[in-house]
Amino acid sequence: MRGVTTLISLAMAASAAIAEPFPSTYKPLPSNPTVFTGATILTGDGNRIDGGNLLVANGIIGWVGTGEIPDNALMIDASGKWITPGIIDVHSHLGVYPSPDVRAHSDGNEATAPVTAEVWAEHSVWPQDPGFTRALAGGITTLQILPGSANLFGGRGVTLKNVPATTYQAMKFPGAPHGLKMACGENPKRVYGSRSKAPSTRMGNVAAYRTAWIKAQNYIDEWAAFEASEKDDKKPPKRDLELETLAGALKGEILVHMHCYRADEMMTVLDMAEEFGYRVGTFHHGVEAYKIADELAANGVCGALWADWWGFKMEAYDGIQENIALVDRPEGSCSIVHSDSDEGIQRLNQEAAKAMAKGNAAGLSITPEHAIRWITANAAKSLGIDDKTGTLSAGKMADIVIWNQNPFSVYAKADQVYVDGALIFDRGNKAMQPVTDFELGQLLEVSP
Amino acid sequence: MRRTVTAIVLGLVTAVVSAQDLVITNATLYTGDDTNVIENADIIIENGRIKRIGQDLAVPEGVEVIDANQQPVTPAFFAGATVSGLVEVSAVSESADSDYEALYTELMHPEFDVRMAYNPHSSLIRITRIEGFSYALLTATSGDRSISGQGGLVRLDGGYDSFEGKPALFVDLSGYSADNVGGSRAAHWMLLGQAFDELERGAELELLSPRGRTALRDVANDGIIVFNVNRATDIMQVIKFAKAHSVQAVIHGGREAWIVADALAEASIPVMLNALDNLPANFDSLGSRLDNAALLNAAGVTVMFSSGETHNARKVRQLAGNAVANGMPKQAAIKAMTTTPARIFGGRERSASEGKVADLVLWTGDPLDVASVAQQVVINGKPDPMISRQTLLRDRYMDRSPLPRAYSIPD
Repeated sequence: MRGVTTLISLAMAASAAIAEPFPSTYKPLPSNPTVFTGATILTGDGNRIDGGNLLVANGIIGWVGTGEIPDNALMIDASGKWITPGIIDVHSHLGVYPSPDVRAHSDGNEATAPVTAEVWAEHSVWPQDPGFTRALAGGITTLQILPGSANLFGGRGVTLKNVPATTYQAMKFPGAPHGLKMACGENPKRVYGSRSKAPSTRMGNVAAYRTAWIKAQNYIDEWAAFEASEKDDKKPPKRDLELETLAGALKGEILVHMHCYRADEMMTVLDMAEEFGYRVGTFHHGVEAYKIADELAANGVCGALWADWWGFKMEAYDGIQENIALVDRPEGSCSIVHSDSDEGIQRLNQEAAKAMAKGNAAGLSITPEHAIRWITANAAKSLGIDDKTGTLSAGKMADIVIWNQNPFSVYAKADQVYVDGALIFDRGNKAMQPVTDFELGQLLEVSP
Repeated sequence: MRRTVTAIVLGLVTAVVSAQDLVITNATLYTGDDTNVIENADIIIENGRIKRIGQDLAVPEGVEVIDANQQPVTPAFFAGATVSGLVEVSAVSESADSDYEALYTELMHPEFDVRMAYNPHSSLIRITRIEGFSYALLTATSGDRSISGQGGLVRLDGGYDSFEGKPALFVDLSGYSADNVGGSRAAHWMLLGQAFDELERGAELELLSPRGRTALRDVANDGIIVFNVNRATDIMQVIKFAKAHSVQAVIHGGREAWIVADALAEASIPVMLNALDNLPANFDSLGSRLDNAALLNAAGVTVMFSSGETHNARKVRQLAGNAVANGMPKQAAIKAMTTTPARIFGGRERSASEGKVADLVLWTGDPLDVASVAQQVVINGKPDPMISRQTLLRDRYMDRSPLPRAYSIPD
């Protein structure tokens, strides 16, 4: 009996703290069973199939290689084409820093306090950002929208399906966990230090993270005590949006995405995670990640990195173009190419190509079937959706890109993009190239 | 008379000291001019210059040979309008010298010349050069005046005085910069017009110092004015202004240039653009599109590329590749990356042809593809050591070492 009561209380507590408000209303677009034949397929789990076939049916991948062809299947000759999983960007600010880049649209940083774990990036997402459509033309099927890095705890990120929609809820990736954006280093201490507020130093950063985690632990304890209580008149603790997010991160329900450049700071953060018993899922930017590649792999932490950005601030001064390849090198690594850019997200394949070329020039042997993981499977792992997308394997969401050639080239283009088996972009068909409300009717006197 | 003799003697000494010969064999040579591509090219380099290009040439005895193995060789590339060498770390203001604001005069300063602050020892110079780049347009960036200042072509060869070509004056007329002149970009035109009036007949309202007048006059007579504009209608104003004042203009940005391509071609005004710009980033650039370069080129407008990057100036190669992927003929893109900027800004000729200085790059594959890297850069006829602060950091962390990395010091 007592057991049952506890279960019910837990369920209530859970509904108070972590049930999903603003739920996903995403529905896949209509699709036909389709078989692609004769393509070079990079499966995303390290394999390459030349002259391969692939069945997409009921929104999922039916089979890769060989299998039964449904009677009503559309047959598409994809010889000469390359097929990859839909491309995933784990670090985007589309919608929260949209185009046009006007002050009225600047909704990515709640830079009014160093700890704003209570804000959710999705509440800033403008679905009419033309950046979404450009990213789609580059093969992006899934992306995580993060708050900016002004704050130590910037708030929750949201993972979206890159489908045109009037609301962000209709883009929300069903079942994807939230992310928690945190930031190391120069940005928070500059933003608040310049206002003579804490933090103004790196030690101030760490003190403030730890203080927040202690509050979150207490919050968890309060709820646990409430749940354990057998009093009839027991009252639940007061809800606290900030602490709900932090508690979710401590419990592993919300994945931690930590903006951090310097190797020594990343190791400090890993020790802090040990202290409070949580996991850092992914370090973002990590321009010095190559200095601790073994440690990152040993801790099972992903590194979401740029191919060649460096030098724009002091903590980015040691950036090298082999970073992604070197972080990828150890056994058990999780190297990711991310964009943090409305330009980079449109050609994440080119960013990966640059990283691969530099790795190979340095003497590593990186193949396309391996490197594609940096923008598919590893990214899906970082977002906690690797059971749903990120590889071309039977039963997963049919998020796929048909490329006109080897995608690791400046000349590669996404010919067609499918999300959950539905064609949502077709380079050869204007009718399947979405146009946002913002762009509709602009420059009407200009003939293209 | 005495002066002339000295110059000749110095010239001889330089020639002897720098004499280093090199032969590149079996290259797929992109010449950067109308010749386009020479297959199986042997390139004989003497005293820093290309002496001969041909097939199956006799290799002189004892000369270093690089076998290109049919891989592409191009003239070394142009890194675009950049502040590399003016900035070490962007967010470290004391290491950044490309613009000024809140100066203690209220004048315009066309005499502000960023070349005075150029640092050839900046880590960015080698980092950019070893990716296949030999020159750039050193740029005064937007401060708080209509005229940003002047710069010009710079060779990325590590010299203190590696400048060439005509003075380039930078003027920012974007919607953003209008805030510096009371809110309207029309005020920029008003002030620019007044500054030019001062050149012609003096004026009661003085916007220029005597030095400023001299500088602006020099630019107007034999320099280039680079207008940072994107909107089609603003580009039309540039065309009018350039005609009215008989100045050579270059459009920098030019996101909507394709809309007025014919007018630009008619006025012989080149466009330096970022071929990745395809978003309506602001209300100046609603017409941004990936085939801007292709459309301009087809209309007869001279196109060059500029990424707007400093540390990543090397990215301009990716721009050129994307321009080709979106319809620009490859030969035009190669020209835009090699000989065109030198021609427009008055630098030395940069084609890979006999008699020219040997600034060349051997690529691992297609020179405009991100899948390729610069395998060997040749500057002034000498193979570059291909070492930068970044390659040293890479090498330090490539191999695992029993000692702390700080003991891993290259020879």
